[in-house]
Amino acid sequence: MKSNETIKVVGLATGYSGRKHTTVITHDINASLYSRELTCLLGPNGAGKSTLLKTLTAFLPPLKGEILIRERPLDDYSESELSKIIGVVLTERLNINNMSVDELVGMGRSPYTGFWGHMSADDRLIVEESIALVGIEGLRGRMVQTLSDGERQKVMIAKALAQETPVIFLDEPTAFLDYPSKVEIMQLLQTLSRERNKTVFLSTHDLELALQIADKVWLLDKPHGVTIGTPEDLALKGEMTKYFHKDGVTFDIESGLFKIDHRLTDSITLEGKGPVANMVRKALARHGVSAVAEDNDNRIFADESGIRLNGVCHPDIDSLLDAVDLLFDRR
Amino acid sequence: MSRSKTFVLMSLLGLSIIGFFILNLFLGSVQIPIDDIIGILFGKQADNVIWTNIIIKSRLPQSLTAMMAGAGLAVSGLLMQTVFRNPLAGPSVLGISSGASLGVACVVLLSGSIGGVALSKLGVIGEVTITMSAIVGSLLIMALIAFVAQKVRGNVTLLIMGVMIGYIANAIIGVLKFFSAEEDIRAYVIWGLGSFSRVSGGQTSVFIILMLVLLPVSFFLIKTLNLLLLGDSYAKNLGLNIKRARLLVIGCSGVLVAVVTAYCGPVVFLGLAVPHICRGLFHTSNHAVILPASLLGGASLALLCNLIARMPGFEGALPVNSVTALVGAPVVMWVLFNKRKNDVG
Repeated sequence: MKSNETIKVVGLATGYSGRKHTTVITHDINASLYSRELTCLLGPNGAGKSTLLKTLTAFLPPLKGEILIRERPLDDYSESELSKIIGVVLTERLNINNMSVDELVGMGRSPYTGFWGHMSADDRLIVEESIALVGIEGLRGRMVQTLSDGERQKVMIAKALAQETPVIFLDEPTAFLDYPSKVEIMQLLQTLSRERNKTVFLSTHDLELALQIADKVWLLDKPHGVTIGTPEDLALKGEMTKYFHKDGVTFDIESGLFKIDHRLTDSITLEGKGPVANMVRKALARHGVSAVAEDNDNRIFADESGIRLNGVCHPDIDSLLDAVDLLFDRR
Repeated sequence: MSRSKTFVLMSLLGLSIIGFFILNLFLGSVQIPIDDIIGILFGKQADNVIWTNIIIKSRLPQSLTAMMAGAGLAVSGLLMQTVFRNPLAGPSVLGISSGASLGVACVVLLSGSIGGVALSKLGVIGEVTITMSAIVGSLLIMALIAFVAQKVRGNVTLLIMGVMIGYIANAIIGVLKFFSAEEDIRAYVIWGLGSFSRVSGGQTSVFIILMLVLLPVSFFLIKTLNLLLLGDSYAKNLGLNIKRARLLVIGCSGVLVAVVTAYCGPVVFLGLAVPHICRGLFHTSNHAVILPASLLGGASLALLCNLIARMPGFEGALPVNSVTALVGAPVVMWVLFNKRKNDVG
């Protein structure tokens, strides 16, 4: 066991138990979460990501097996104890009007405030600090209903920070965000795990981002159950292709990222180096033309000096593609 | 909203209560000189015994009742709106006032047909019986709701259950009416119109003491209510026992409605309207502000409605329920229109 293990899951089965029948969604999960690590839970829709998260946060009882937090069973903790250990950021849209960002982040202090919910000077300081850490000082006086999705997500992360829990669970924190905001949130969470010693566990559909930033990945799907490892180990073992195999998508072991599988019907010789040549190769692939090194009837030369097809200069890739289409009689 | 501004608004609400209270004492269908009113209030015997009676036995208890009932209904409405996270929730939605009506209907309507005595002719004993039956009826329905609250997950389910229970209660009342004497039906209908003056004499003090005990209890729920605003999952994650919280809030709210309805009949609209008005005024959902504000606002609005119902010329004949709706509805609409503008800016 590694010394920074915070959560250990043994033989866990998740799902819903009804009066008449029980629906098992994922079974036999054995895994651990560590502090100072960002772990991403990946899997297709309906694989049971939310159910697993709900079970780990004690919103749902496990059907079988055990969840240990700091070597103590989860159901052994009282609600108020748990509120100081696990902080959550959920997908459900807040339906609050007329509550300021300050107040909402302040709610994160609830487990620590007394009967009347009055905040001490210390509590206020922690709220300030959490707001600064997430970098939302500019939003402080704003009402929650006026925030954009990304801003609201950051506010909820600040709330979880104010809660001062060693563990933070996030259910799809990057959903509904534009790409730069996704990257920003992921980087923020990574920094927090490192600098604040937090165990961060999140579910997401943003594969590329998760594979680049996650310390560990939990792959989840119905037929295979859960597979765990660093993104790199999983790639080398071929797990990535297994989990996300679909026509038209391949896992590129070179870059460790997913690529769209273009159907290539023609080929052309490509000479030249550098970004221009790479971009031409990419554009050709999209047009169903594979760029090959060996001699071919047609020849493209591309580098910083320009793009030429069979000796004819083209000002940009757009005009090159038109010429290529003409060449293969595609119009 | 800054603290000082909140304080000023809160003080204004307080002042409006005092103002309306005084107006309630001074205005009425019988003109009484101001000097005499002040004299009577300080225990001096006025020239006219009827004046003393009007002030001490009618206007003063009526004003106090209106104040307490308004505060109770507004607080109860706020609790309901928060726990069900539904702006249309109010004291009447959970069928608690229907429960009170059912209790009263059982006693008023059945006493004539079964016991052979029309309760409406019994005077004080009749009044006490009506109050008791209303409390018993509403508490029974509330116990039923609390039981259901333990069984069902969603708030909306619970809300619909409450509405359904209300329909059943009303249906039973309808059946009872069918078998009752005309005189008893009339007594029941009058109770149903709602009034702050039905309570008389010693009963007023009982009602006021009950409310003075019950209203502060709601203040113990401020932290719970604020957490409930975040939704069940976030609230649970912040250490709140959702089931217990829900039970406490519904219980507190239910008892308030039960007592007010027992004494004043089903007074509509105040419970729904006042929390909205206060949110519009104070621009916050923080219950540490909005709960006392609703309490004061409810008292103030009830006094205003009572004043209008008794305006010289109406001869005290206007039912309170008509006035509360006529005054309350435009105010809520005005608040909502205003809110739009503010939110965009």
